[in-house]
Amino acid sequence: MTSEFEKITQNVIGSLKESIEKLSSLSKAVKNMEPAEALSSVDPVIMFICGFALALFVGYYVVWKVTPALHSPLMAVTNAISSVIIVGGLIGAGAAASAVANTFGLLAVFLASINIFGGFVVTIRMLEMFKRKQ
Amino acid sequence: MTNFQAILYLVSGILFILSLQGLSSADTSRRGNLFGMVGMGIAILTTFLSPKISHYFLSFLAIAAGGGVGTFIARNIPMTALPQLVAAFHSLVGLAAVFVAASALNAPGSFGIGSAASIHTSSLFEMGLGVAIGAITFTGSIVAFGKLQGLIKGNPLQFAGQHMINAALGGGIVLFLLLFMLTQSSFVFWVLVLLSFALGFLLILPIGGADMPVIVSMLNSYSGFAAAGIGFTLGNMLLIITGALVGASGAILSYIMCKGMNRSIINVILGGFGSGASAVASSAAENTRPVKAGSAEDASYILQNARSVIIVPGYGMAVAQAQHALREMADKLKAQGIKVSYAIHPVAGRMPGHMNVLLAEANVPYDDVFELEDINSDFSSCDVAFVIGANDVTNPAAKTDTTSPIYGMPILDVEKAKTVLFVKRSMASGYAGVENELFYRDNTMMLFYDAKKVCEEISKAL
Repeated sequence: MTSEFEKITQNVIGSLKESIEKLSSLSKAVKNMEPAEALSSVDPVIMFICGFALALFVGYYVVWKVTPALHSPLMAVTNAISSVIIVGGLIGAGAAASAVANTFGLLAVFLASINIFGGFVVTIRMLEMFKRKQ
Repeated sequence: MTNFQAILYLVSGILFILSLQGLSSADTSRRGNLFGMVGMGIAILTTFLSPKISHYFLSFLAIAAGGGVGTFIARNIPMTALPQLVAAFHSLVGLAAVFVAASALNAPGSFGIGSAASIHTSSLFEMGLGVAIGAITFTGSIVAFGKLQGLIKGNPLQFAGQHMINAALGGGIVLFLLLFMLTQSSFVFWVLVLLSFALGFLLILPIGGADMPVIVSMLNSYSGFAAAGIGFTLGNMLLIITGALVGASGAILSYIMCKGMNRSIINVILGGFGSGASAVASSAAENTRPVKAGSAEDASYILQNARSVIIVPGYGMAVAQAQHALREMADKLKAQGIKVSYAIHPVAGRMPGHMNVLLAEANVPYDDVFELEDINSDFSSCDVAFVIGANDVTNPAAKTDTTSPIYGMPILDVEKAKTVLFVKRSMASGYAGVENELFYRDNTMMLFYDAKKVCEEISKAL
């Protein structure tokens, strides 16, 4: 049963990947420009630092706009989205060749899932209470 | 393929920003939450599309199991227990960060950060930093959870040399982080994890229950930075962006909470607030002064003859589960044409915005609920201030007495109301261990009752 499930998911995801690859090869064929040399010489770490710094600013301005009455839902939502770390767990669980890495990845997926579902569901509950009553 | 993935990750990052932006008003907040969920769904699906991933079944199983547990807990938790729930959730993010790092260390090739023999030095640094923050978040949040849940004593625990030990642990973490970069050894990795566990535990242990709103916000911020650290390790922009958003959010909330108590974050972290022996001694000396005590019938008579009433709820109200009885009392007053509003101090609950949620749960319309700066000037024109379960946040000593531990803290100016009705079980002082001058004022009537009972009795008499 397990292997069947794997087969089906692999088929579905495989065909998805195929169509995406076709799309991207098409776009590559259309695109005849050379890669931007100025950018390619920048260390990716620097790009990540740029993204991080800009996101800090966005976060700063967005969070100050949050009404104080909704600070508890804010904490629950930020808690849920910080569990996007599940992405790392999924790679460890699904891609790694080592059993140890798989296990750690799966554990991370499990913990992060508790958080994602728990955080969003408790936020839904809270926000329902803030619905305007007629 | 990877470009396509990167674009999808960007979409989910933007959806996360929109989800936070939605919280700027109650009307848009539900849509915002939906954006957040869609963003998370896209992030997970995109990861599954990665060409590297070949096993799915166990991951689905783990998501289903974790999702089931999370949903069950979130649906059943009482709103008074919200702070400890959030603390527990923070600990999970921290531990997940540790596990992801451990997984990446064991299979660097699959994560694209180098080979088993040599991981890029920059990746090792980011991994070590991410894992240290994650581990501190994990144990720190567990202690915060224990204190909020009442499993660990809430009062500050201090022991000789604790700052020295913390500094030594901090130094050890830096040292082992450097060692880890040089050796890439998993032994050094786990020592780093253990040292960080110890530091998280010892950092939060000495901090008193009254400071938990700051701590919960601070750990919120740490959990974000842990995610960002792992994002740098894996070279994943989504994790970096999200981590920065969450980190900024937690930092701002900590700042707001600190300002609400007139304390610096350093002061909070160093701990020990509310254990001052001097404050307790001075209150004992003043205990003989007379106070005016009244019954529920007296209170209902005063309330009936008022034109406007401001209710000041505190955490004590939530502990007594009095919010529903309070709202019924307020409804009766409103039915008699009396204007009723609620004044919320920034640190009124055990986490930012906690009191607003508790009132909303009791169906208090949020248009009646005001923040400190929006309502403070209204006290001078209101007939009755009804203080229930709050204490320190109404203490006028914060404005006048420079020796008071709460001096400088912004307070609600309840003393300016014509009459102050102060619900309290006894004359005991609040968190800060400070005597409240307000009890002895001529225009104050003390109601020595349980918070829930007094609301019910007043309702009956109205």
